[in-house]
Amino acid sequence: MTEPVLKLEGLKKYFESTAGGAFSKRKVVVRAVDGVDLEILPGQTVGLVGESGCGKTTVGRTILKLYEPTGGKIIFQGQDITHLSRKRMKPLRSQMQMIFQDPFASLNPRQTVGALIGATFDIQGITPEGGVMKEVQRLMERVGLNPEHYNRYPHEFSGGQRQRIGVARAIALKPKLIVADEPVSALDVSIQAQVVNLLDDLQQEFNMAYLFVAHDLSVVQHISDRVVVMYLGKVMEEADKTDLFASPRHPYTKALLSAVPVPDPIKGRARERIMLQGDLPSPANPPAGCVFHTRCWKVQDKCRTEVPELLQISTRHRTACHFPEPA
Amino acid sequence: MKPFLEVKNLSVSFPTEDGLVRASDGISFTVSRGETLAVVGESGSGKSVTSLAVMGLHNRKSTNISGEAILNLPTGPVDTISAPSEVVRKLRGKSMAMIFQDPMSALHPYYTIGNQMGEAWGLYNEGSKADGIKRAVELLDLVGIPDAAKRVKEYPHQFSGGMRQRVMIAMALMNNPSLLIADEPTTALDVTIQSQILQLLRDMQKEFNMAVILITHDLGVVAEVADRVCVMYAGKIVEQSNIDDVYYQPDHPYTIGLLNSIPRVDRLGDHRLQAIPGQPPSLISLPPGCSFRPRCAHARLVPNNRCATDVPNLDEKLPAHFSRCHLTESQLVQVRTPTGGLI
Repeated sequence: MTEPVLKLEGLKKYFESTAGGAFSKRKVVVRAVDGVDLEILPGQTVGLVGESGCGKTTVGRTILKLYEPTGGKIIFQGQDITHLSRKRMKPLRSQMQMIFQDPFASLNPRQTVGALIGATFDIQGITPEGGVMKEVQRLMERVGLNPEHYNRYPHEFSGGQRQRIGVARAIALKPKLIVADEPVSALDVSIQAQVVNLLDDLQQEFNMAYLFVAHDLSVVQHISDRVVVMYLGKVMEEADKTDLFASPRHPYTKALLSAVPVPDPIKGRARERIMLQGDLPSPANPPAGCVFHTRCWKVQDKCRTEVPELLQISTRHRTACHFPEPA
Repeated sequence: MKPFLEVKNLSVSFPTEDGLVRASDGISFTVSRGETLAVVGESGSGKSVTSLAVMGLHNRKSTNISGEAILNLPTGPVDTISAPSEVVRKLRGKSMAMIFQDPMSALHPYYTIGNQMGEAWGLYNEGSKADGIKRAVELLDLVGIPDAAKRVKEYPHQFSGGMRQRVMIAMALMNNPSLLIADEPTTALDVTIQSQILQLLRDMQKEFNMAVILITHDLGVVAEVADRVCVMYAGKIVEQSNIDDVYYQPDHPYTIGLLNSIPRVDRLGDHRLQAIPGQPPSLISLPPGCSFRPRCAHARLVPNNRCATDVPNLDEKLPAHFSRCHLTESQLVQVRTPTGGLI
């Protein structure tokens, strides 16, 4: 069996905030990520989906240790990195990179594209063959940017092009894992496909693993090999893509899938829709028992008191529900 | 019966230091009561600019607007483009209302929901403030906000994103508008909340028999709610027809390209997405001829390089189905079938 690039064991990240205004002494603990298990194999794409506030972004950031984990383990290429210091993390960072959601906020407006992409080499103290400039231009060409634009500033590029800069920066050191946090959601429809295809091609070329964090299930369905569905800091369901989309077993996954609008009017009219009532509860005060029970249409007494475990339900398919849907 | 709104040859442009930005150019469409028209396009295609012009919300001094946007009111037609600002102002809220994309920035953070909604009511109704708040509670209840009588006293920040959007919808409905323009009403929301809001819009349309213009970039949302569709590209309508035609026999290479480029949950498989190459043109220096030509894979099928020289007209190539393309219908069938055409 191949060893996973990344393994999470019961990862937890709690944030403390003050209740009742900035000056209040009353502390609340927000359980953004509350015991997440996850495995990513080399060259694999795992899609991490859920509604805003479910903790998917926090998972991505904690993996890269942009947040210090509260509990659990992060194992990267067999090495436990959960509590590594910043200094000892640094050499590992060339192996794990991130692509951010907002291509406008994630690029320093005062640096040229050349400097932005080249910085990765300086930080790691690596001199690529033929020099930094040549390598950066090669990268620019690879992601579909004109290498002659080496000295341009981010504002001279469109949203899609900026995201390509972000991609070039992430792949510069040929990492083993890229955490892509909503990499296409800020882009226009016709540009999204270009970037999705680029990510696909690069993965094949460099055999990188992706953790693809997104709320858009259509994109996740397209790009992922495996999909993890999160709700309120917990994993609700995890399965191979085809399995998950063809036969979701957790009521939340089922509702989520049925809510995705389909660009096909006749199919859309005929589709059975499960309308979830209400909003996501606050992660500062999650419901007892199953966290989803307040919105679940199948809720029973057991759900209100007992937390369902994430259990194997069929081959490579796990779900956390007392009363899973039939396959 | 005449449609409630008739937009005729509407153009909006903004003079800037870099040149004239032609944000929307020669837009014509109609919407009747009880009907939903979707205006689809990417950012910068001119969809919001057009609707703001209908609402009379552009600064008339710094914006060049030409054409007509006629509201056929029971008292007679009014053109919101040429009518005095004071007249248009009195139509807003009562005859036409708008829902904005971001409910957090569209609601005033200092005032309670009841206060803001009551103000909208007070503009057109005699009666005390308490009456206005009573009406607000009725509508909040109607749009599905639990415990409306209590929540009407709360501030916008105390509501979640989906709830705020419900408040926006309720506020737009305060004076039973005949036309509702919804500008990306669900873009900021999660899918489960999105489907609640779309259902709500459909219910409210029935309840109030409104003409609805839905502005969006999401072809999935359009498929769920629209009766007719206008596809916009670089400030112009490139395709216009009823809902099914746009999806099952799209008649413009841009529409075909869009439909092929979106990943879909209803189609499993590892097919490669067919991206439209390039990016939308600058509205300051549009390419000559067809604005979509630089990205169009089929322009070579048109003889004499006409796509690069002549701007195509919005022609009725199929019954009640308009498209702005030099390709003939038989060529379009070819373009459509190999990949597009759907199903």
